[in-house]
Amino acid sequence: MRRIEPEEDTPDTSTKEELIPLYRQILAIRRMEEAAAKAYSQGKIGGFLHLIIGQEAVCVGAVSTLRRDDYVVATYREHGHAYAKGVSSRAILAELYGKKTGVVKGLGGSMHIFDKPTSFLGGYGIVGGHVPIAAGAGFASKYRGDGRVTLCFFGEGSSTIGGFQEGIALAALWKLPVVFICENNLYSMGTPLYRSLAVEDVSMRALAHGMARDRLDGDDVIRVRRRIQIAVDRARDSGEPTLVEVRTYRFRGHSMSDPGLYRTREEVDEWKRRDPLAIARRRLVDECGASEEELRAVEDEVKKEIADAIRFAEDSPAADEYRPYVTKESPTGD
Amino acid sequence: MPVISYREALNHAIKEEMERDERVFLMGEEVGYYQGAYKVSQGLLQRFSERRVIDAPIAEMGFAGVGIGAAMVGLRPIIEFMTFNFSLVAIDQIVNNAAKIYQMSAGQFPIPIVFRGPGGPAVQVASQHSQALESMYSHVPGLKVAMPSTPYDAKGLLKSAVRDENPVIFIEGETLYNATGEVPDEEYLIPLGVAEVKRQGSHVSLIAWSAMVPVCMAAAEKLAEEGIEAEVVDPRTLRPLDAKTIVESVQKTGRCVIVEVGWPLCGYGAEVAYQVQRECLDSLDAPIERVTSEDVPMPYALNLEREVIPQVADVVSAVHKVLYLD
Repeated sequence: MRRIEPEEDTPDTSTKEELIPLYRQILAIRRMEEAAAKAYSQGKIGGFLHLIIGQEAVCVGAVSTLRRDDYVVATYREHGHAYAKGVSSRAILAELYGKKTGVVKGLGGSMHIFDKPTSFLGGYGIVGGHVPIAAGAGFASKYRGDGRVTLCFFGEGSSTIGGFQEGIALAALWKLPVVFICENNLYSMGTPLYRSLAVEDVSMRALAHGMARDRLDGDDVIRVRRRIQIAVDRARDSGEPTLVEVRTYRFRGHSMSDPGLYRTREEVDEWKRRDPLAIARRRLVDECGASEEELRAVEDEVKKEIADAIRFAEDSPAADEYRPYVTKESPTGD
Repeated sequence: MPVISYREALNHAIKEEMERDERVFLMGEEVGYYQGAYKVSQGLLQRFSERRVIDAPIAEMGFAGVGIGAAMVGLRPIIEFMTFNFSLVAIDQIVNNAAKIYQMSAGQFPIPIVFRGPGGPAVQVASQHSQALESMYSHVPGLKVAMPSTPYDAKGLLKSAVRDENPVIFIEGETLYNATGEVPDEEYLIPLGVAEVKRQGSHVSLIAWSAMVPVCMAAAEKLAEEGIEAEVVDPRTLRPLDAKTIVESVQKTGRCVIVEVGWPLCGYGAEVAYQVQRECLDSLDAPIERVTSEDVPMPYALNLEREVIPQVADVVSAVHKVLYLD
């Protein structure tokens, strides 16, 4: 296992007040993903389903640094990012079920969550193609001087495609307030780092563009939060972009159809010992003085929330319209 | 009425829209300090400053995507491709993002953006710079495609494209930039999706857009010398298509020739032919003819290029065919 942080690294201190909401989000995303996997195996969800189980601390920690009107742009593995930004588990699960009550009315499914009220600018299915879009949201913020920051998430598999290269190049050239967060989970689908990247440290790409960079392990939500906060402040205060590589690991396959035969059981188990959910819980008990009762209350609440969301998805009416959103009616005729 | 060039008409449209709406900006290679590779953006940097006239490095996928992201959150970008041939390296952004986001977001994020620049063959610029890509773009739901043939249409359509709530592929005729025509000083708009009869006639309908309109107009003049009156219909917008105006013309003339500078297989004219035969079967006195470029990458040598691109004589001969005069 390749750690970024030194073994003797002392974690940033936290408080119960700070960590409980983050723990709750990580847990809710975990339970939501597990519920989605179950529904998928029951044939209630179709298409592709990419779960984020194991990586939750990255999106939760990073998005927790944002204001509500800041933008988030993400990939097809984006349920957690959307949830962290404020999209409800009901709206997400109903979307996976292809229901009218889904966040995009059954038109997008698992890979294409968009939510204007929370400034969630989408889940995109073409690897790396969304990176220029994030730069564009940042461009608009600079153009208007609105002080917003854009977080752009992607996997290390994106770092080899042109859209990523051009997106970060323009953000660096034009000094756009964007934080590019590479969730490096060591495998682009089934291909390990050493067979896809000549330089395995994705943050090094920033050097070619004179861009600030950072690199960290993504198992501790507080660490993610502290370090992304620095990049977000840089974007907000000086308009400078940052490229951050966060090392993480997905416990499941690339998608539901992937049995993960390219990884050893030992490797997966080793990473599971660094489960971000367990780490957050341990820190709450050991360092923040949270009681078992308090945590159980959170866990019960999450359990109820996800059960309710599944019920909502099951009971919602089927999606029923695909024509209205092809082109928007315009004053100039159509 | 003032007579100005197609290039100036486009320039005026951009300038007026940028003056009218602060959200409109122009981005592309050489649009600013260089004043535009084809000088369409002449003077705009001086008028609007670097904030709104943005020189982009050679990264079409990047700046097309930047435009889409900016449009998502409320700006109204005009993205210039130095030529539409270069849009091919941005096609992921146009087809997978611009055309889909309004639908994928269930209407939450319209993408009001214009991708504009010259398309179609110029003169002797060879295969990679001579492509007519309108058939490809017209295939994609979520996009609109406009292709003006005159200065008047260029200005009116571009202003509408900027105000449209959807991504508009606005392909300018590379050989039309110096064409001149009357353009009023007063503001006007031409709605997307409305064809125009450019010449009245009763014997045959010529359907053509962009640079093929002047070719058809010249053919019509030649045919008139033989006593054949050709009607020239310019759809002006290929998506959405104003099929009604075309159908009405063919119902009147009973004969139809579709002229395009693109390749024959799956060319836009094939779709027009389908719609015409469906609506006009009873009025057609001859099978519909198509005139297209030859089915080859464009050669460089001038004599070969002329053989490949539809010429006035090719149109005349197709008209003879549908009139059974050949």
